[in-house]
Amino acid sequence: MNLIDAAFEQLRNKGETALIPFLTIGDPDLATSVEIIQALEEAGADMIELGVPYSDPLADGPVIQRASERALKNKVSIVDCIQVAESARQAGVKLPFILFTYYNPVLQFGLKPFFAHIVEKGISGLIIPDLPIEEDAEVRQLAESADIHLIPLVAPTSNDRVTRIASNARGFVYCVSSLGVTGVRTDFHQGIEDFLSTVRKATNTPIAVGFGISSREHVERFAGQCDGVIVGSAIVRKIEEVLPLLLSESTKPEGLAQIRTFVSGLKG
Amino acid sequence: MNKVPDENGRFGKFGGRYVPETLMNALLELEEAYRHYSKDPEFIEEVRYLLHKYSGRPTSLYYAERLSDHLGGARIYLKREDLNHTGAHKINNTIGQGVLAKRMGKTKVIAETGAGQHGVASATIAALLGLECKVFMGEEDTKRQELNVFRMRLLGAEVVPVLSGTRTLKDACNETLRYWVSNVNDTYYILGSVTGPHPYPMIVRDFQRIIGDESREQIMKEAGRLPDYVVAAVGGGSNAIGMFYPFIEDESVRMVGVEAAGKGVDTEEHAATMTKGRHGVFQGSLSYVLQDDYGQVQPAHSISAGLDYPGIGPEHAYLKDTARAEYVPITDAEALEALQLLSKTEGIIPALESAHAIAQVMKLAPTLNKDQIIVVSLSGRGDKDVQAIMGYLEGTGHESH
Repeated sequence: MNLIDAAFEQLRNKGETALIPFLTIGDPDLATSVEIIQALEEAGADMIELGVPYSDPLADGPVIQRASERALKNKVSIVDCIQVAESARQAGVKLPFILFTYYNPVLQFGLKPFFAHIVEKGISGLIIPDLPIEEDAEVRQLAESADIHLIPLVAPTSNDRVTRIASNARGFVYCVSSLGVTGVRTDFHQGIEDFLSTVRKATNTPIAVGFGISSREHVERFAGQCDGVIVGSAIVRKIEEVLPLLLSESTKPEGLAQIRTFVSGLKG
Repeated sequence: MNKVPDENGRFGKFGGRYVPETLMNALLELEEAYRHYSKDPEFIEEVRYLLHKYSGRPTSLYYAERLSDHLGGARIYLKREDLNHTGAHKINNTIGQGVLAKRMGKTKVIAETGAGQHGVASATIAALLGLECKVFMGEEDTKRQELNVFRMRLLGAEVVPVLSGTRTLKDACNETLRYWVSNVNDTYYILGSVTGPHPYPMIVRDFQRIIGDESREQIMKEAGRLPDYVVAAVGGGSNAIGMFYPFIEDESVRMVGVEAAGKGVDTEEHAATMTKGRHGVFQGSLSYVLQDDYGQVQPAHSISAGLDYPGIGPEHAYLKDTARAEYVPITDAEALEALQLLSKTEGIIPALESAHAIAQVMKLAPTLNKDQIIVVSLSGRGDKDVQAIMGYLEGTGHESH
């Protein structure tokens, strides 16, 4: 059974909503990313999105862009990011891993070798924000035969595309809470509740809300309406904030502790 | 061959729509609106009227006799897109898309710009049609093209300097797409080249084909036959596809796209996407891309802010891979030399983009005989570049990276 499905089943039995944090791999460096992943697990994360830094992140706002730029300065590649998943497993992390990457790095890897590689390194899901259903046939087929969940996004502007996207979804449906790029925001799309209930009706697959979720209040607001919440920019911004601490071995534990405190505070 | 793109926006394997889901509906809406209005006689007439009465089309096809004599070979004709209102071919497309935006009920338009020509053209049409306009421009390019920044502001547009990434055209495009994602309900994105997701490469091509349509008719009238070569500079490739498209089925006409080799294709400072790039997905479509082994898009360099772009329109990728067109690199130095030659022989100062095409003509014309004809797209005039050119020629060249 795919680890993502197992995690959602377990949460459903407990009546809980999944907390799905995102981090940009290689920000500030690969070894620290492994330690941050451990900290996220300790803080109560239920699955983790491993973000591959990219030069042209169309779906991302300034916080994640900056993290990408920092990681790319260290020449972090998609291969390194996938390796981090294996290193985190070796360090004892049990959570399902979801790779978040733009399409071009995957394409340059080669689709078949890419899937063989991520299966071997223990990735369970894949999010490619610039691969809409019109373009995803080959990737979807390869993902299915590798038992990797290709997690689709639906947006408030998806309108009648919602049914088409959600009804074939695996893992979970990533519901974009507001128009715009990733980033912390104070307001969500008007009609977000209706949007979520439309998605809910369209599928039996779990649904998770992301884009702009940054506080415990947000998490609680959406808890009743979905099966998971994704927190990206808020965590990446926290990492940015404690960057000076993470860069020195002596102060790193303090930096990691602050990340842990922030994330455990989200779940309550 | 002319039946591209297909219903999925594909030119062979190239093209497509690789964008965040938030934009998909807007692209589908745009495609539907375009399909409707491009057959609507009133829409066609309004665009035609503005092209003729406002921009001054048809632009002339000028026989460059002194340049031809100097080079000693083929007869060279210049398609004078520099004579358009605002000084470049960019106005053809912005008139078309501006009128389309208005028909679609949008009140705001956004655009990206490198050299500023597309930004100025967008600001112009927005002013004319009473639309709010925001232009995204890499901070680096705002310095290289101060005059155009000032023009856009005079025209009532807001110029937004882009500070991310390379601070040039590539990141201005990213920023425009990101802004569009957030404001898709009331905002129309006037995309400036034959790049980006479907249906843009098709729409921009259709609005730019007037360059080739007129050239074809004019050369038939003037010389009684088709040209042997059509030559045009390519960054994203809108002026080149505009020139090429009406000649695609004329197999005797050889099509040459000229890309920026910057400091040389063997250096890391160039924008020679076709010569040095590989197939990849960038800014919404599959085409040739300058990238590293892991798919990270590489910064491009050119003396010309308009060619300083690591991608190229998918239809050009298709024409290259089907060998219908060829693409050659021209360095900064060669372009500067060509710019001076055209200025001194014909009294025409071309834009740095167009100077690349002239530089290729300087290589090509002497290898041909006097019966042969080259038509080259003089896509824009050099006024915007004179300050930068002065810097380069006086050795105080403003380095772009």
